[in-house]
Order: sequence, then structure tokens, then C-alpha cells
Amino acid sequence: MSDFWIILTASIVAINAGLLGCFLLLRKMAMVGDAISHAVLPGIVVAYYFSGDKTSGLLLLGATLTGVLAAFLIDFLSRKAKIQGDASIGITYTLLFAVGMIMISSWMQGNVDIDMECVLYGDIATIHMDKIIVDDNLYLGPRAFYVEIIAFAIIGLSLFFGFKGFKLLAFNIDYARSLGINTGKWHYALMTLVSLTTVVAFEVVGAVLVVGFLIIPPATAQLVSTKLREMLLFTCLFGISAVISGYYLAVWLNVSITGSMVMVSGIIFFAVLIFQRIRNSSKQKIEFTEELTQYDQANK
Amino acid sequence: MNENCAIEVHNLTTTYGGAPVLWDVDFDLPAGKIIGVIGPNGSGKTTLLKTIMGLLEPSSGYVKIFNQDLSKMREKIAYVPQRESVDWDFPASVFDVVMMGRYRKGNLFKRTNNTDIEIVEECIEKVGLTEFRNRQIAQLSGGQQQRVFIARALAQKADIYLMDEPFVGVDAATENSILSLLEEMRNTGKTVLIIHHDLQTVSDYFDYLVLLNTRLIAKGTPQDVLTEENLSNAYGGQLTLLAKVANLIKENQFPIREKDVDL
Amino acid sequence: MQTFIDFISFKDPNVFYVVIGMICINSSSALIGSFAYLRKRSLIGDAVAHSLLPGICLGFIMAGEKNMIYLFFGAFFTGWLSTYLVDYIVNKSKIKQDAAIGIVLSSFFALGIVLLTFIQNGGYSDQGGLNHFLFGQAAAINKDELILFAVILAVIVGSIILFYRSFIIVSFNSDYAKSIGLPVRSIEFLMTSLTVLAIAAGIQALGVVLMSALIVTPAAAARFWSHKLKRMLFIAVVFSVFSGLLGAYISYANSNTPTGPWVVMILSIITLISFVGSTKRGILARYLKARKNKSKILLENILKAIYHYHERQNLENDLNLVLASAEILKVRRFDTTELQKGLNQLIRRGFIGRENNNYFLTEEGMTESKRIVRLHRLWEQYLLKRTSMDIFHVHSGAEAIEHILSPEIEKELEKELGIVGIPKEDF
Repeated sequence: MSDFWIILTASIVAINAGLLGCFLLLRKMAMVGDAISHAVLPGIVVAYYFSGDKTSGLLLLGATLTGVLAAFLIDFLSRKAKIQGDASIGITYTLLFAVGMIMISSWMQGNVDIDMECVLYGDIATIHMDKIIVDDNLYLGPRAFYVEIIAFAIIGLSLFFGFKGFKLLAFNIDYARSLGINTGKWHYALMTLVSLTTVVAFEVVGAVLVVGFLIIPPATAQLVSTKLREMLLFTCLFGISAVISGYYLAVWLNVSITGSMVMVSGIIFFAVLIFQRIRNSSKQKIEFTEELTQYDQANK
Repeated sequence: MNENCAIEVHNLTTTYGGAPVLWDVDFDLPAGKIIGVIGPNGSGKTTLLKTIMGLLEPSSGYVKIFNQDLSKMREKIAYVPQRESVDWDFPASVFDVVMMGRYRKGNLFKRTNNTDIEIVEECIEKVGLTEFRNRQIAQLSGGQQQRVFIARALAQKADIYLMDEPFVGVDAATENSILSLLEEMRNTGKTVLIIHHDLQTVSDYFDYLVLLNTRLIAKGTPQDVLTEENLSNAYGGQLTLLAKVANLIKENQFPIREKDVDL
Repeated sequence: MQTFIDFISFKDPNVFYVVIGMICINSSSALIGSFAYLRKRSLIGDAVAHSLLPGICLGFIMAGEKNMIYLFFGAFFTGWLSTYLVDYIVNKSKIKQDAAIGIVLSSFFALGIVLLTFIQNGGYSDQGGLNHFLFGQAAAINKDELILFAVILAVIVGSIILFYRSFIIVSFNSDYAKSIGLPVRSIEFLMTSLTVLAIAAGIQALGVVLMSALIVTPAAAARFWSHKLKRMLFIAVVFSVFSGLLGAYISYANSNTPTGPWVVMILSIITLISFVGSTKRGILARYLKARKNKSKILLENILKAIYHYHERQNLENDLNLVLASAEILKVRRFDTTELQKGLNQLIRRGFIGRENNNYFLTEEGMTESKRIVRLHRLWEQYLLKRTSMDIFHVHSGAEAIEHILSPEIEKELEKELGIVGIPKEDF
């Protein structure tokens, strides 16, 4: 039974992260997503420290704000301090992650709920221990599952109603501004959603590996899609396949579940990339031989 | 103010990193004309378009569209950015991109309706891309991509069109078909402002010209503008002093204008 | 205090290793990181750092124990492979560089985690220290590693000295480097290899997640202080080594805390201080400069106004003409307190004198005000000649510019316009 809940929960994590990841990727902000996922750590620790509870709404809100702060800081460093964009990302996320680690090592000594391992790969194997039970016989599944479902609802609705806006922003931000659209608001809306996703995913997959869910499935999908809707759909499919096969691989090898899921996701990416390259080059070869025969016939 | 003035640019200065890229540029553009903006590389042509469009904040001066603030006239003015400014690998079809021309601040959260679809189909047809309407934009030639952008602007149903180098990377046949489309637009009273760099063709293409090199060098009909003196001022390296002063301003973080300029 | 004395006196031999180790590691990464920064490839370091983990684990599995050589070569191999894969993805598909870095980084890191848990659950003895590679533990540096770090530093310093010019040209403009016949690919290969080396040396102390800070942050902080590459390299090394030592000390004083986060914190604080206080590009310097500019403009405008007053009386060269501040205000609008401040300052500088609340130009003040008025009018003439500006706009167009024109530009203006003396009138 726990297999089922782990796979289901991780699949929703993959869908949430992947859908938003598509827009990050198209805006060439994949590494900003990486930075946000690291940067929520101090927010999570602070909120946990003050509320003493992993389930509190305060935790989610506080941590989400840290992610948005990171996005803001990156913007500030590159615009006001004139530090290169790349370097701004690097500086911001290492700083915030370092702050989080210092908090954990000095406040959370011996705490079982937040330690560095959980930061790395989450607690996916044990999510079923924190479950919602109505009475002794009715088991409604792990709490993390419901948190993810709520996040999915928020993200799904935002993307559904804001589809045009997010698409316009990703394709051509200057054009969006020329239509009088407040691109700053849309940008921070996206950053808030990404931040929220990484915060709720923290418990399941940790702060470091979530970036694998955020970037790899959308990138794989981008290789094979010609339309945005298609890309979103393929992202979900690639994400879910990585979750399922990654899970069973992890069980078989007795290794980290989250690590295995992201690793499989990476393998799928490279497999699709190489398959596409082989197909394209054989297509070119056929075209080339056709040209040659035409040339020969013409010469005759 | 002149009734027939589509765009009024008043004492406009735009800086980049402290150095003026546009400097005290001042002109009125007539409505219902095809207007060319010419000048050497780095002379502030794109900056001018972006400042008119409100994409860049001027450090002094202002722009009026039909005597109104830009914020009130957004729907009357359409912008065609440079082709290289977007990533053509974006997963979207010709139809998707042209549909973006129907997006408005007010309708972003609404579904597209049938009128929008009709307008989009009509604009795709106008630029001759109907057979490609479902093709991914990466699989188009440079000229076709440029036509997609023009169709998107047409779909905005604006009165003024600002186009940044629409003839770059375009073959001769496409260039001619784009041009006749522009003439057709002008004949229905639209104003088209185009950044252009091919001096050979300017006098054939444009009714009115703006010659820039950071400063406004000349404006008027092609005959008035394309004099030897004006061209050597713009292209002949006569303005090295201007560039040196601009550099000094940047290095010393000097304000380009004082607050109390009159008297 | 006692811990501090213990620390600097190397009472604990481990402390000595840590100090020397941090010096080697931080200098290596700051040096090569500066070139990465100039090449705008800062985040590659991030991909490399994360990608070392599977290499370390593979090295461990192959050796069956924590053999430094195996671990190091494993790390170097996967780190290098990651940079190759990033370039491969960017060149062969429509995926852009930032996404390619993200893909490689997370795939390799995930592989590393899989291998690490495989080792932990696989009954290997002696695997305890592998965890240190995740978050860094400078205290774990031992003597053998120290020698390795010193060798790496020597290799990096040696390569930079030997190939200094090639590195600069390739970092600055690789197309140009190609055009003058430099073997750009080999040089880039060398720079990449050095970067991987530096990162591989550092993860023991910093951990894979934070290691990229040692590549990026010192260079970004040093950039505020100098435009010259040599000086920038030196400053980056100083910042980085200082943070490394302080971080190691804090971690030593509070046992149990990892070193990496403290080093990164201190580095970031240095960057912040640089941003605020740097003499060249800091916001403080910018603010001071703006104030200086403002005061220069005020003083020169006052002199100009007084000279205009002279002109109106047709007494251009009369040093005996006195005027009250109210009369200056008739020529030009000033904020009255500002005007008073400016007048006092001009008196201090000897440009004007005061006589019962009336002011007059000194000889120096006369020359100075003529110079300013002249510059203004020269610029007006230039605008009239070279641009389409008409006589109604040139005056306001030339305001503010007279304060910045340098003597060289003044000469050039004279030459171009053929004007000697002061042009008659403002427009």
C-alpha cells in the first residue's frame, strides 16, 4: 500500500514541478528555479523553528516568501549591482542555502524532522507514517499527498487562467510589455508558484533534488514537442514515467528513492536526445543518397 | 498641436548605463505615412522605438501618441520587435503566435472568441502563410518568420505600427510583398514607422525619414533628408566629439540634464 | 578567546592542516574562478561541483575503501564529463545553456546520491567520511590531501603564469583569439580542466552544494574593486582565503558545524560590503560622486549667472561690478539656501569676494566664469552645426554639458568650429 502512495505523491510532485518548469525553461530561467529551490531552506527552518510543526501553514507561507526573496535578490544583484546574471544566481543560492545549513546545524541538533539528509533527498520513503486516518479502518493516505494535491490545484488553476499571460511572457517579454501588460507582476507570480512548489516538495523530495523534477522532464518534453500544450502534456508523462521506474529501481537496488527517480529522469532525457540525433542523421543520410542518385541520373 | 501628428517625440533623452543613447531628440511624425528611421549601427534606432513603446524609461522628455499619453493609446499602437529578439525554438505554431496579437491587458484571463479567430485567420492570409498556419515557427524561413511577426501586429488592429528591421534576413520577393502590404496599410490611413538600414532603397520605400545618430540629424521628406551634408554628419564619423562627450558623461555619472533648465 | 589562541597557535596539528588546506583550496578556486567569471561561465562550476559526487562514489566502489587517489580521479573524470555534456546538449539540441547545466547537475547529483546510498546500504566499511563531501568538513583534511591540494595550486598558478595572455584573450573574446590563430579549443580545454581540478580540491572542505560559491563569489566581489585583471585576481584570492580561514575557525570553535556554510556566509558579506563601499563601483562611491557633480554644477551655474549679469550691463571685463544675491536670482532661478551655500563656497575658493552683502568676481572667478560660458556656447554652436537642433532648443540642450567638457574636447570644438574667444550670445 505504501508503494502506491509514494508513487502517487511523487507523481504529483513531478507534475507540479514540471508544469512550472516548462515556463522557467522557456524563459531561460532554469537556474533561477534551481536557486529558488535551494533558497527556501532557511525559510523552512525558520518557520519550523517558530511553529515547531512541519504541517503548519505558517511554514509554507514563510518558506515561499524566502523563495520569492531569492528571485528578487538575483534581480537586484544583476541590475543594481551589475553582477553578471549567472554569478548573481550562484551568489544568491549559495548564500541562502548556507544560512539554512547554519540554522540547521545550530538549532536543530538531534532533531529528527529536519536534518541534512532530509534536505538532500526528502522523506519520501516514510511519508506514509504521517497519515490522515478518519477512524481505525479508513485510511485516507499520507498527509503529504493532500498537501501536494492542494498545491496542484493552485498551480493548475493559475496556469489554466493565466495561460495566455505566462505564454506571452515566455515567448517575448518586450512584446508583452508593448501590449501594456505588467510583466513584473506576471514574473513574480511565476516565481511565487515555483517557490510554493519547491516548499511543498521539500518534505517529499528535499531541497536539492527537486530541481531535477523542475528542469529535466520539461527539457525532455521540449525536445519532442512543437506546441506548448503538447510540451506540458509530455512533461507530465516523462515525469510520471521517471517516478514509477525510478521507484522500482530504487527498491530493487535498495538506494535513495528520490535520487533514483531523478537519475532515471536524466537517463530518459539523454535517451530521447540520442534517439533524436540518430533519427535525424539517418534522415539526412537518406536525403543525401537521394540527392546523389538524382545527381547521377541527371548526369546520365 | 498639429491634428495630423501621429507620434510626437519631445526632447527625448534615453540613457544606457549612464551614457546617452538618444539625446534631446525632438520631432513630430505625420499620420498616414510610411516613415523610415535610418542611421548607422548603434545610433539609437531600436532605443527610439523601445522608448516610444514605453519599454525603456526616458531620462527626460516625453512621447505622445495622437496627442495622448501612451497608456491611453496602447491599443492603437503595435510593435514588431527584431526577429532575433525571440527564441524561435519556442513550441508554438504560426497560428499561436499571430493569436498573441489579439491578447490585451483586459482579456488575458478570458478565452479566445470566434471574432479573434476570424481576425487571426484573415491576418495569416494577408501575409500569405495560410498553408503554414499549423507549422511550428522554428520550421519557417527567415522571411516567413518575419511575416508571422507582421501578421501578429496586423491582428492587433492598431493605427500605428512600429517595426524594428522587418527586412533583415528576408529575400527580395518577400521584401516586395511586405512592402506592398505596408503600402496597402498606409492607403487605409495607418502610420508605419520602420527601422531600416539599406540606404539604397530608402527613397523608394518611405514617404518621410528620420535620420539619427544619437542626436536627431535630420527629418523630413527623403529629398530633404538625403543630402550629402546630413549623411556625412550621420555616417561620416563627424560626430566623434559627441561620442566622446557621451563617454565622459558615463564615466563621471553626470546628470545629462539639469532640473532647472529654463530661463 | 582560548579557542582562538588554540586555533592560531596550531596547538591541534589538525588546525595546521586545515589552515594550509584552506589557503590552497581557496586560492586555486578564486584564481580560476575569476577567469570563469570573465568568460561568463560561472554556473558551469555549479554543474561540475554537483557532478563530482558520483565520481567520488565510483572511485570508492572501485577501490573498496577511501583511497584518495581513486576518489580524486573518479571526481575529476565525472566533473570533466559534466562540462563536456553541457556543451554537447547546447550544441546538439535546442536546449539552452542554463537548462543544460540544470539537467547535467541534477542527473549527476542524483546518480551520486544513488551510489552513495548504495554504498551506505552495501556493507562497506570505512565509508563514514563520504558524507563530508556533501556539506564539507574542513577538519577532515589530512596530510596526504594537503600535498595534493598544494600540487593543484601549483599547477593552477603555473598554468596561469605560463598562459596568462592566452587566458585573457580567450576569456575576453574567443572569436578574436581564433582569428589571431590561438589554439582556442586547447586553451578552453586547459581552463576547464583547471576549473575541475580546483573544484575537486575544494569539495572536501566546502561540500558539493556550496562549492560553486568559491568559484563565483570571490571574482564577483573583487570585480567591484578593480578593472585590472591582475589586481582582480589578487583581491579575489585575498577575499577567498580570508573567508576560508575565518570559516574554518568558526567551524572549529563550534564543533559539529560544517565549514562550507560559514565560508560562504563570510564571502557573501564581503561581497555586500564591496557593493556598498567599493571605491570604484560601490553605491557609496556613486552617491559621493553624484553629490560632487551636483555641487560642481551649482558653483559653475552661479559663476555663469554672475557673468551673464556682467554681460547685460555690457561690463564683461569689469571687476568692480558688485551685485546682491537678489540680482543673481533675476538672471537664473536658484534655491536660495543652495545659492547661499554655493556663494560661500565660491568665496572660500577665491572665485568671488564679498562686500557688505554684495558680491563681485575676482580675477580668477572672471576667468573661470568666462571659461564656462564659453564652453556652453561652443557646444550650442556644435549642436547647431552638426544636428538638426534649431535655435530654440540648443540652449537647453547645452545646459549641463558645459560642466563636463574637458580641455581636450574644448580644443577639438575650437578646431572644428573655427571659433576663438567667446561666442557672443546664448540662444
